[in-house]
Amino acid sequence: MKSLPRLLWLLILLPISFVSCTPSNSSSASSQKNSAYIENKGSDTIVNLALAWAEEYQNENPDVSISVTGGGSGTGIAALINGTVDIANASRQIKSEETDQAKAKGIDPVEHVIARDAIAVIVNPENPVSELTLQQVSDIYSGKIKNWQEVGGEDRPIVRLSRETNSGTHVYFLETVLRLGQKDSKTLFSMDTLLLPSSEGIIYEIRQNPNAIGYDGLGYVPKDLKMVALARDAAGPYVLPSAATVNDGSYPVARDLYMYTAGLPTGAVKTYLDWILSPTAQEIVTKLGFVPVK
Amino acid sequence: MEKTLNWREFAITRLVRASGYSAIVFVTLIFFFLLREGLPTLTEVSVSNLLSLRWYPIEEHFGLLPLITGSIMVTLGATLVAVPLGIGTAVFIAEVAPRWAREILKPLVELLGGLPSVVLGFLGILLLSPFLRSFFNLPTGLTALAGALLLGGIAVPTVVSVAEDALDSVPRSYREGAWALGATRWQTIWRVTLPAASSGVLTAIMLGVGRAIGETMAVMMVTGNAPVLAVTPGSLFSPVRTMTATIAAEMGEVANGSVHYHTLFFIGMVLFVISLAVNLAASSVVFRAKQRAERVLS
Repeated sequence: MKSLPRLLWLLILLPISFVSCTPSNSSSASSQKNSAYIENKGSDTIVNLALAWAEEYQNENPDVSISVTGGGSGTGIAALINGTVDIANASRQIKSEETDQAKAKGIDPVEHVIARDAIAVIVNPENPVSELTLQQVSDIYSGKIKNWQEVGGEDRPIVRLSRETNSGTHVYFLETVLRLGQKDSKTLFSMDTLLLPSSEGIIYEIRQNPNAIGYDGLGYVPKDLKMVALARDAAGPYVLPSAATVNDGSYPVARDLYMYTAGLPTGAVKTYLDWILSPTAQEIVTKLGFVPVK
Repeated sequence: MEKTLNWREFAITRLVRASGYSAIVFVTLIFFFLLREGLPTLTEVSVSNLLSLRWYPIEEHFGLLPLITGSIMVTLGATLVAVPLGIGTAVFIAEVAPRWAREILKPLVELLGGLPSVVLGFLGILLLSPFLRSFFNLPTGLTALAGALLLGGIAVPTVVSVAEDALDSVPRSYREGAWALGATRWQTIWRVTLPAASSGVLTAIMLGVGRAIGETMAVMMVTGNAPVLAVTPGSLFSPVRTMTATIAAEMGEVANGSVHYHTLFFIGMVLFVISLAVNLAASSVVFRAKQRAERVLS
């Protein structure tokens, strides 16, 4: 076998490349000698915040170890229903079907509001459009408005970017912006809306494509992208998302972020959730670009 | 002494046979699992819904046509890239290149085959799609074309590696015979070596196509994943959503046993049937070619 040495090389090199790729934050799932272990999973919107909290909390309480993973709100809640996590992170409220599934398994999901988030509508910095009404954003995403000229921009086609359907942000945007909060509305995303699997995908595309429009949690928008000021109707006022405008209610696309536990929290989980609402923890919320709960 | 040898013989034949059969058993098991999880779709979702043009599972729109055409469009494109490039490279390595170049090229190509597709997908997002957008003046570079080029690139090493082995195993006497008859190098390659290795080369193409149609990560990153029907050649320049990307993106979120869950397995079934059909078609072509060759020789 002449190809054997090559194969050997591959066998040697592969594990090395894997090791060097392991993200450093996985250290939060640390050793088993600790007395308390909390499994925390769900929304990708919350994952950075949850990681920051877990790190800080473990510094203060070395006897507790917390493992944080993302995957999407639906994934987290499904895991809570299957009993594999202690806390599920969600950027949307639990659906009634999910509550039913949980009840069928003898689990009673309890909701905790842990922070607030604004959804920012973002465009390429070259795009001259800087304010839109919710109706205009809805018409852009449903496909009624196809060119930036129709909303006061350049003569360019509009490329609509969205998160995948398993994202809590996607569902929230559909209900609040596309359907303008009307429960009986059947408006859907235009079929040619690009569904990107991650926030990063949306940000990369908008950074280099002046035709693109996208949306993402305020905490994830990098400084080199342009946020659009939104208004509830044409009369204005057009408001940019920030902690202040979310808390005074003037920014129209803001939501609560949740953690769900199976039944009322007890023991280490309860202490952790109480700590999350403390001023120290809520300071981290501000640092990461989210809005603290008062 | 003889007894241990017999015993060894016995164990080894059984082991070889067991591993051979296990491949068949596993494929059958996978197929039955797919059937069990996927078939309920046909009772839960109306056929008109399955044949509709909208895929939006969280609101019960289960139109599969955009996904199927998306996969076919990307795979066809990738085949058009990978086959000429792959076979050309294989011919170069096996027939034309001097020995030292060959010693370098073959391992290089195989190393390329070992690159994780996520890495290539990342390159696709950062380099390929912005380039395509400005080069063709498209609204966005995240298109079927980006997916096809990337998948073509991913399939090339497979095609090269297998096709080169096939060409390499053609006896030297065939070539010497052709040269003796005054054939040029090109004539020898095109009329003698390639036809003699045809079944291996076809296998190479099939493996390449299989790699392309089954690839998920890279495709999900660069095709834009918009479930739009892709039937005109122009769709190559617009975003598409493939079956594999759909399964990968949505499987993590669905509730076990829901309609959406069953439909994702149904997509898996469709994918399985398509690759089975492609393989059957290919092996029947090889079979016919062999029959013809035997007729000619007899």
